[in-house]
Amino acid sequence: MVASAKVIKKIEATGPMRELMAAYFHELDAAASSGTAKVAWCTSVGPAELLRAMGFLVYFPENHGALLGSSRLASELIPAANAIGYSPDICSYLTSDVGSWLRKTTPLTKAFGLARVPKPDVLVYNTNQCRDVQDWFAFYHRELRVPLLGIQTPRSLGDLTSDHVASLVAQYRAMIPDLERVSGNSFDIDRLREVVASSYRCTQGWGRVLRSAMHRPSPLTFFDGTIHMGPAVVLRGDERAVRYYEILGREMEERIRAGVGAVDGEKHRLYWEGMPVWGKLREHAELLGARGACVVASTYCNSWVFEPLSEPDPFVGMARAYAELFIVRDEAFKERYLERMARDFQVDGFVYHDAKTCPNNSNNRYGMPVRLAQRLGVPYIVIHGDLNDLRLYSEEQACTQLEALIEQL
Amino acid sequence: MAQASPSKADESPPRALYCGVDVGASATKVVLIDRDARVVGRSVRPSGVDYRATARRCLEEAREAGKTDLPVGRTVSTGYGRTNVEFADRSVTEIHCHGVACFHLVGGPATLVDIGGQDNKVIRIDGTGRRVDFKMNRKCAAGTGAFLEEIAVRLDLPVGALDALAASTQEAARLSSFCTVFAKTEILAHLRAGVKVESIVRGAFVSVVTRVLEMAPLEGRVVLTGGVVAYNPTIAALLSVKIGTEVVVPPYAQFSGALGAALLAREPAA
Repeated sequence: MVASAKVIKKIEATGPMRELMAAYFHELDAAASSGTAKVAWCTSVGPAELLRAMGFLVYFPENHGALLGSSRLASELIPAANAIGYSPDICSYLTSDVGSWLRKTTPLTKAFGLARVPKPDVLVYNTNQCRDVQDWFAFYHRELRVPLLGIQTPRSLGDLTSDHVASLVAQYRAMIPDLERVSGNSFDIDRLREVVASSYRCTQGWGRVLRSAMHRPSPLTFFDGTIHMGPAVVLRGDERAVRYYEILGREMEERIRAGVGAVDGEKHRLYWEGMPVWGKLREHAELLGARGACVVASTYCNSWVFEPLSEPDPFVGMARAYAELFIVRDEAFKERYLERMARDFQVDGFVYHDAKTCPNNSNNRYGMPVRLAQRLGVPYIVIHGDLNDLRLYSEEQACTQLEALIEQL
Repeated sequence: MAQASPSKADESPPRALYCGVDVGASATKVVLIDRDARVVGRSVRPSGVDYRATARRCLEEAREAGKTDLPVGRTVSTGYGRTNVEFADRSVTEIHCHGVACFHLVGGPATLVDIGGQDNKVIRIDGTGRRVDFKMNRKCAAGTGAFLEEIAVRLDLPVGALDALAASTQEAARLSSFCTVFAKTEILAHLRAGVKVESIVRGAFVSVVTRVLEMAPLEGRVVLTGGVVAYNPTIAALLSVKIGTEVVVPPYAQFSGALGAALLAREPAA
């Protein structure tokens, strides 16, 4: 591999981000240990704002899944979940997280000094991304005997109708009595408005960071984005996340002013469709960076921008935000979205990651790459792998394809 | 492009050779060409476990085969072990090399199918030799040389005996599984049912062709390369029937990647 560690350019805001993430996990750990605050586990694109407004500290198993993948613990832990009946073909976030629970090991120990994941008082899922999250949380419901609540979001949506929104709003509202009971706090609509407004400011800040990659050379890569989206995932609705993206945004603006690209001598601009291969982030970043290729945009990172949170009614805002995002939409919407992104970010090539255990994040399976390549004249490759299960990933085949795409450009 | 003459910037000795090394999953191939892109010598041997040593040995054998002691001006390596060739001036992917070799051989637009020991590739090139797109097989080795090796083991046959057996019958036993291991299980069922070995081998060849056809549409002039085809011409015949058009199997089909690498070595240094 023609690469060196120098290919990856350090973002100075990484330090403040790590401090923020450490504070977030330590607060959760302290709350779970002492009972001073209630802990809710929530799906990443779920009703986190509602939970925060009710006074919960919110923990996200999907974030833990990503940490299990990037630390490469996942491949050791997935077999434990397989052994108790969770198929190797289902979500490897789920299987690695369940394996982590069964084996009583977590990357949070090495990264943040936590002895264990913070135990929940309530589990709240949203099926907008997939059905697996429901089964994932149901495992912990059975293990820990804590309440399990959920939002059922329709999938493959074209346009979101008022009926869809009304149904989702009703589901959010129906959760409130249970959440009041678990939290011991009364629901306060003004507090929810504050949290949703903060969440919107966070999403705006993250969106500005992502849009900075429209510049040539791009000041950040997809691989940077997968790390720096952490606060937008776990601290949406907390003002510290808003402040963090102001810091990161300034650094991106400074890079643009100074003409500094995330990849030296940026020659090629790529779009990454699908999940990252978490255990191979560095390898992919180095391989592409060494060849002057910058992944300037991705569905994965760019999905975390929720414009509808600006709605006057916070319930409507949440309902729309979490039902209008890319993964919930139909094929026609997704195709238009990718086409627009390719044009906005001046993309030269597409990398589709077909993640074996994550069909909902693998958008190459119904002919879209061929259709877009024909329409846009932009070449593509499909890498067969997985988000967490490296048993499903062939390094040689993936790297050869990435190199060959760059050669073709 | 591949057919261009070396430029004045080329600092190689006037009668230098250009070397392409393709360290594949199963076999390592070396091709030596002269300034006019004529093949001077070539060699193939199992890649083994020490890619560096195999590449060096292959180069020596190619020299011996070509009865030449001319210096090598430049070397390009390709294939899975491309970064292990210590005497290479640069390495490029086999996708690129196959495309270059294909255009050199046919001089026009083509769809190249390379059936290798571990993976298959479908590469489309346009009338200028530019690669339009490419596809590789998915991770499973079904449809590759490794598949046929496994089938040979199951049937207790040397791999070299497969082609003659497949050509000796028109009956092909059905092997429908994507998975090599499952296909071997299907073979057990055929053996139990008394199906003739030659029909099973032909069925395995049909399976290879079917896996290739699932990768991408084969349009225009179809060129077939790789060790599997070089040693099993019946596969080319079966593919030709399936797609209803003639399939071009170039001379030295197994050396396509190495030839492409040698042609790239002949180009002026970047």
